[in-house]
Amino acid sequence: MTSNIAKPATPPKAVTKKVRRATKATNNRGAVMFFIAPFSILFALFYIVPILVAIYQSLLTVEREGTFGKPTEVFGGFVQYARVFQDEAFWSSILRVLSFGVVQVPVMLGLALLLALLLDSPLVKGKRFFRLAFFAPYAVPGVIAAVMWGFLYSPNLSPFTAITKEINFLGADLVLWSIANVVTWVFVGYNMIIIYSALLAIPSEIYEAARLDGASQARIAWSIKIPLITPAITLTAIFSIIGTLQLLAEPQVFKSFTSAVTSTFTPNLLIYSTASVPNVNLAAAFSVVLALFTFALSFTVLKFTQRKAD
Amino acid sequence: MSATKTAAKKHHGPRESLFSRSGAMLVMAICTFYFLVPIWWLFVAATKDRSDFTTSAPLWFADFNLFENIGNLATYRDGLFFRWMLNSILYAGAGAAVATLFATMMGYALAKYDFRGRETLFNVVLGGVLVPATALALPLFLVFSQVGATNTFWSVFLPSIVSPFGVYLARIYATSSVPDELVEAARIDGSGEVRTFFTVATRLMTPAMVTIFLFQFVTIWNNFFLPLIMLRDEKLFPVTLGLYIWNSQVNQIPEIRAYVIIGALLSIIPLIIAFLSLQRFWRSGLGTGALK
Repeated sequence: MTSNIAKPATPPKAVTKKVRRATKATNNRGAVMFFIAPFSILFALFYIVPILVAIYQSLLTVEREGTFGKPTEVFGGFVQYARVFQDEAFWSSILRVLSFGVVQVPVMLGLALLLALLLDSPLVKGKRFFRLAFFAPYAVPGVIAAVMWGFLYSPNLSPFTAITKEINFLGADLVLWSIANVVTWVFVGYNMIIIYSALLAIPSEIYEAARLDGASQARIAWSIKIPLITPAITLTAIFSIIGTLQLLAEPQVFKSFTSAVTSTFTPNLLIYSTASVPNVNLAAAFSVVLALFTFALSFTVLKFTQRKAD
Repeated sequence: MSATKTAAKKHHGPRESLFSRSGAMLVMAICTFYFLVPIWWLFVAATKDRSDFTTSAPLWFADFNLFENIGNLATYRDGLFFRWMLNSILYAGAGAAVATLFATMMGYALAKYDFRGRETLFNVVLGGVLVPATALALPLFLVFSQVGATNTFWSVFLPSIVSPFGVYLARIYATSSVPDELVEAARIDGSGEVRTFFTVATRLMTPAMVTIFLFQFVTIWNNFFLPLIMLRDEKLFPVTLGLYIWNSQVNQIPEIRAYVIIGALLSIIPLIIAFLSLQRFWRSGLGTGALK
């Protein structure tokens, strides 16, 4: 079994041959166009065109005639990119979200996997309730979750003032991990459901032999279940990595609670503040670099897990 | 779906030791506490008046003022908050419905028809899955400002009806759940391709469609960066952006804090309703994306 999450299974050749000929007939061209046109046109307009415009904008630079002259955009080649690579705030924000991700993604997915395996084992009663309880935070939008936790962390208003008076969760040292906790709280249940759905799809006959040999639940989980659900774990890992690099809403909200979150705290906050200056060309260059970085990272994870599975 | 399977699993093999069962239940209890206490706190906080909020026990009720609080929120600034709620329901509900239709049509065509450039098209869409919505927010702003359409309903709505992940799910699902023989039989019966899709295929693809709908609904409901960049007019705000702005004004306008808390509670309810009412569909649909 390969973990290729990007290739839908094709039905056996023998079956398709006859139908293929039928579907290739030109009288279906109109139908195919009807099916693919709406999505394709919108995808071109709102995915491809923006990316091209961002690349174009990132290659321009603003020139002024004198200090107070009229600004004009002229072609500047890679001037903006040179600025991106010299911009220390940008790279330290990338490093910040990477260190965040290295800790937060494994913790979150580890917890999601543990809970999914427990729900799938005969050890737990009341599965329905637990499934809903763990999934409930996913119904809370990131912005709202950050607002809530801002109260929970506060030294005066928190239900846990005994702790929050002693430990400053909103201080410069801890605020990144306080945000990590908010993201974890929201997404554990969602990832758990994806992994749990994959577990449910495994036919239980597979465990028969192991059970008869007297294998424990932990052993069955480790040796049989986890290898079979690797594709689901890969999928959740990729989405989590993308989410980490794009971190925006939670730190943006935390700015109202603490001065420890600066306007260059994460790459997206930096892009937002650069664009509001407004320095659109530099912000576009940041966006392009961040998108390429995100793409490269998720692609690497995908390839890496595929190679391991093959 | 799996009720029979779990029942079958329960009565198999050796009895698990009391030790591992209580260990498992302990983990479950701790996690329940962790996931539910913040929501419980929010609910309790939303029932208190201003003085009780700071003086009474945070995790238990004082005087129950939930409905007065909601009433105050409804009159505050001519019910601006409820306008935001309606905006969010419109952005997310209509947006997810259109996104689901287009993604399903596209996924179905990619699964069931052989046409030139099919694989290329699919790979481009897959590339789109790896491009996160936040990364597109600023580029979209640049596009909309070229045509002078920023700060409009459409500037938030239109980009949200494109769901590459939905196409990916729909293609996988159509491949595995819409048999070629059935499409062929409909053809022989003289049903047109489009009619076959709307009468036969959509019925078979319902779980996938509900999953795509919910996934996109949540994505749009939670979307924050795009409206933040696009919108100036607070009458167009979705609820997330509105509450964010209010929350950042708490230091200047202290009484706004109560509205933020009630608003936060009310903003969660539509998603909970959507999840609960569509539960049996999406749980069977979610597995498809993760099972290749």
